[in-house]
Amino acid sequence: MSLWLTLAVNSITLGGLLFLLSAGFSLIFGLMRIPNLMHGSFFMLGAYLGVTFLAAGLNFFLAALASAAAMAVIGGVIERLLLRRLAGQELAQVLLTLGFSFIIADICLMVWTGDPIQPATPSGLQGAVQVFSIYFPLYRLVIVAIAVAIAVGLWLMIDWTRLGAMIRAGVDDAPIARVVGIKVSQLFTLIFCLGAALAAFAGVMGAPILSAYPGLDADMLPLALIVVILGGTGSLLGALVGSFVIGFLYNFGQVMFPDLAYVILFLPMVLVLVLRPQGLFGRVAP
Amino acid sequence: MSRSFNRRTFLAGTAAGGATAAFRIAAPAVAQNAPFKIGLLTVKTGPLAQGGNQMEQGIATFLKQKNNTLAGRKVELVVADTGGNPAGAKTKAQEVIERDGVNVILGPLAAYELLAITDYVRERETPLISLAAAEDVTQRHVNPFVTRPSATSAQCCHVMGDYALKELKVQRAATIADDQAFGQEEVGGFLRVFEDGGGKVVKKLWPPLNAPDYTPYIAQIHDVDFCFNGLAGSNPVKFMRAYADLGVKAKVPLLAGWTAMDDALLKSVGEEAVGVISAAWYSADFDTPSNKSFVADLQKDYGVLPGGYSAGMYIAGQCVEAALAKLGDKGDDRKALAEALHGVSLTDTPRGTFHFDHFGNVVGTVFIRKCEKKDGKLTNTVIKTYPNVSQFWTYDEKAFLAQPVYGRDEPPAKNLEQ
Repeated sequence: MSLWLTLAVNSITLGGLLFLLSAGFSLIFGLMRIPNLMHGSFFMLGAYLGVTFLAAGLNFFLAALASAAAMAVIGGVIERLLLRRLAGQELAQVLLTLGFSFIIADICLMVWTGDPIQPATPSGLQGAVQVFSIYFPLYRLVIVAIAVAIAVGLWLMIDWTRLGAMIRAGVDDAPIARVVGIKVSQLFTLIFCLGAALAAFAGVMGAPILSAYPGLDADMLPLALIVVILGGTGSLLGALVGSFVIGFLYNFGQVMFPDLAYVILFLPMVLVLVLRPQGLFGRVAP
Repeated sequence: MSRSFNRRTFLAGTAAGGATAAFRIAAPAVAQNAPFKIGLLTVKTGPLAQGGNQMEQGIATFLKQKNNTLAGRKVELVVADTGGNPAGAKTKAQEVIERDGVNVILGPLAAYELLAITDYVRERETPLISLAAAEDVTQRHVNPFVTRPSATSAQCCHVMGDYALKELKVQRAATIADDQAFGQEEVGGFLRVFEDGGGKVVKKLWPPLNAPDYTPYIAQIHDVDFCFNGLAGSNPVKFMRAYADLGVKAKVPLLAGWTAMDDALLKSVGEEAVGVISAAWYSADFDTPSNKSFVADLQKDYGVLPGGYSAGMYIAGQCVEAALAKLGDKGDDRKALAEALHGVSLTDTPRGTFHFDHFGNVVGTVFIRKCEKKDGKLTNTVIKTYPNVSQFWTYDEKAFLAQPVYGRDEPPAKNLEQ
């Protein structure tokens, strides 16, 4: 009994982490139509920056925010100087972002060497709490709370602010949005910075669980892709639901169908692509 | 600079401040006779880069101590990055043999890399001193050009199975290992000795190599006396943290193969590793003169504690030196070199005394260590040594080789419980 309960609770916590990872990817792809294959690299670089800030004596959450801010700047520079020139050219965007993911991986290897770095769980959040009849690490539950807070924050921004209205207009029809005076170009940079910052923040939040190591980027990118394809691109609700679906699928799938460990995450993605290509909550492109 | 100087060593060198090992290992060859060339197949990119960098540090430390001269002959090191995959290993093996014309290859790192190139080095008659553990290269598909001074995958795990039964006196085990050749062979070896001695493995778990979260696996570990973990790379770091966080460590003690508790990995783990018992063929605190100088020099140059990856390549360097000393001026005869390597028997090495069996695999010491916290630092303290451990453990060689090679379901586990 406790096995299933542990799995259920862990599904939710893994879902929270996946949402932090994939929200930025979903935003960027939804608005800018850029398949950002650097997203896993942003996650990894964010984790490495975070552990460096931590080692410099920063508080854990300050380190996460500092890492997010640094990544926002890096993302902004890449968008302004490079991606901007490739608007609408998907193949070129894929190649550029893929190329950058290799560059970032090599830089991380040089700077932080190949040794895995795992920061301690932030003080005060160590230890376990009782959830129903089982004990569960407190920190993982905190990640869910943060994920939910960020989901609500993003939702408020997109559905209830002027900025959000402009983003929605940009997602729906960028040329028309331009015509009515929305500075879609600035919006693009803003969203790209935000997406990069979210990935870096997620990297730091995940570091006490996942650690920072070479290859973390390649491990995380497919998860972001699966979540976003499942949930529907450009839909925050989709990313949220997709994250938790994948969280449950991963946990229960690994236990119930251990022989399918490799494909269990990809099966629903394939089904969605065949039956509902726009994803669970995505809209059909006009 | 020699032409082994490639883009990656250049980048790594500049990034680290310009004067690091990448520069020192290249030996300018201005001597009259051509230098003896050592090709290192290592991994400098991707998830296995950690061990790969350590391999390079190990051989670089050795060559520096010897002033790039082995048995009176200048030595040049050619470093190739396989990327940690079989195709890359094959390409780079071809590159160092055909283009650079190396006399001997050290490496590769991963079992599946070695399996990908074993036929090729045999065909090209180039001696190879392996770190990779793939069992069959020194068992059912013996390659006369391969020697292995480290260990087969199961060599230490046989010992661990025996130790668990006889010293820890435990009976029920769960195992968890990466779902790839090395992890499967480790668990196979552990399971054979443990079950032959009357123990029971009731649960075998095989997370994929890139499992993002070990919780669903750890949640299945209960009602056992201990859990044997055969994880490698950065995976043990993630695993042990989750294992402790979920409160399982307090109930189910953890045993480990050498990669999961390698000395070089200790700086990446915390309290969660305290108490873990591991079986390894190298231990940084082992007291031999060469180990003392190796540990001191490596710490001086790189500021890290050596583990099996760097020690393995240091010892491989010692093997090359011993073989060259025996061959005199016939060092360029690759066949003779392979034979001489098989005959190498050393007493002062970082792992102590060892020799090779007639398959080219090491017969040497295996250490049982317990992780402790001393003066705020984690150390693996040796609690028992098993001298002269063969790859066949105490089994009869013929009977052992008549069995299929260790694998995911080999030997079959008869006591699994749902």
